[in-house]
Amino acid sequence: MLPLIQREVVDYRHWIGETEFLNMIALAQAAPGLIAVNSAIFIGYQVGAKHLPPTKGRVLSRMYPYLTVCAAVLGAVLPSFVIILAIAMVFQQYSSLPSVEAVMKGVRPAVVALIAAPLLRMAMKANNPKPFRDGGILLLSWSLVAALLIWLAGVSPVYIIVATIVLALAVTFIGERQRTMKANDTSGANPK
Amino acid sequence: MLYLQLFLSFFKIGLFGFGGGLAILSLIQHEVLTYGWMTEQEFVDIVAISQVTPGPIGINCATYVGYTATQSVWGSALATGAMILPGLIIMLVVCKIYLVLSTRFAENVYFQNTLRYLRFAVLGLIAAAALLLITPATFIDNWSIILFAAVFVLTILPQLVHSKQPAANKFITTISHPILLIILAGLAGYFIYH
Repeated sequence: MLPLIQREVVDYRHWIGETEFLNMIALAQAAPGLIAVNSAIFIGYQVGAKHLPPTKGRVLSRMYPYLTVCAAVLGAVLPSFVIILAIAMVFQQYSSLPSVEAVMKGVRPAVVALIAAPLLRMAMKANNPKPFRDGGILLLSWSLVAALLIWLAGVSPVYIIVATIVLALAVTFIGERQRTMKANDTSGANPK
Repeated sequence: MLYLQLFLSFFKIGLFGFGGGLAILSLIQHEVLTYGWMTEQEFVDIVAISQVTPGPIGINCATYVGYTATQSVWGSALATGAMILPGLIIMLVVCKIYLVLSTRFAENVYFQNTLRYLRFAVLGLIAAAALLLITPATFIDNWSIILFAAVFVLTILPQLVHSKQPAANKFITTISHPILLIILAGLAGYFIYH
């Protein structure tokens, strides 16, 4: 999806620059929600803020970025929405046909494989740029614990996400404090 | 009440959905099965349809679940809108302060570490989503296991095999495409079970 967005928005329309696009990816990934939709919001806002329409109304020029955001979000969502809605309406009527049921029987295990298969590559990517250093093994075991908690204990993934954020902030806080204490120690040990 | 629950669930999914489509899938799965909006089998069918149709998997899933749960277009729109809403609010705030933080936010150690930890949590979420779908409803006989193994191997093939010939590499990338694999699995299912 992102290469498509880049070609349209950066290369063809020149709405945002190359660096802005890279910042957009970072922000869209860091914010919750879908990356494609978050990107659309960012681009919509930038376009609205930069390319104000030639009017004198202050209210309109203030609202303008929000209008362009709405347009961008609708553009990002509507095609999928319409297609899926049409399929949902049709599929419900035909899903009990023996031939459709036979096709879905073959598709279902394939879908499970498609969900599981990217895990290996994602595990490698999560360990970038320092493979299996900086507690990479510990973090991988946290992935495992999270999977088991959701799978066997029925814990909501939401709690896993919240716990991970709290854990990350706590570990970083402790690490940073140790670093500053060490820095203070060395500066105290070596007076001028 | 159904509409309110649908809104709350998908708002929650949007708020805690970090790490792309597959991770969001795990959140949707939990809500859908908790409230009994559809069976596991129906959920897998939806994921299959979301994979072969264009657009973000998250949007496709939300639209479909909304429709199936309420049998109405408004349920669809509500679920999709509710899922986008948290990201919309947060992204608008980010856009407002973007010029102030654009250069510094990426270097913040708290921000960096949280993102890194979340990438690992997402691994667990996706693994759980796959494990939860290995049920008698999806794996009905030995053919299911064969199809699972075949699709799994074909999907990770580009990472395992690095041929020196560009044409061979292109072939491997082509046959590992998810849409093609789902279509092939569907054909296989038709010939095996029909």
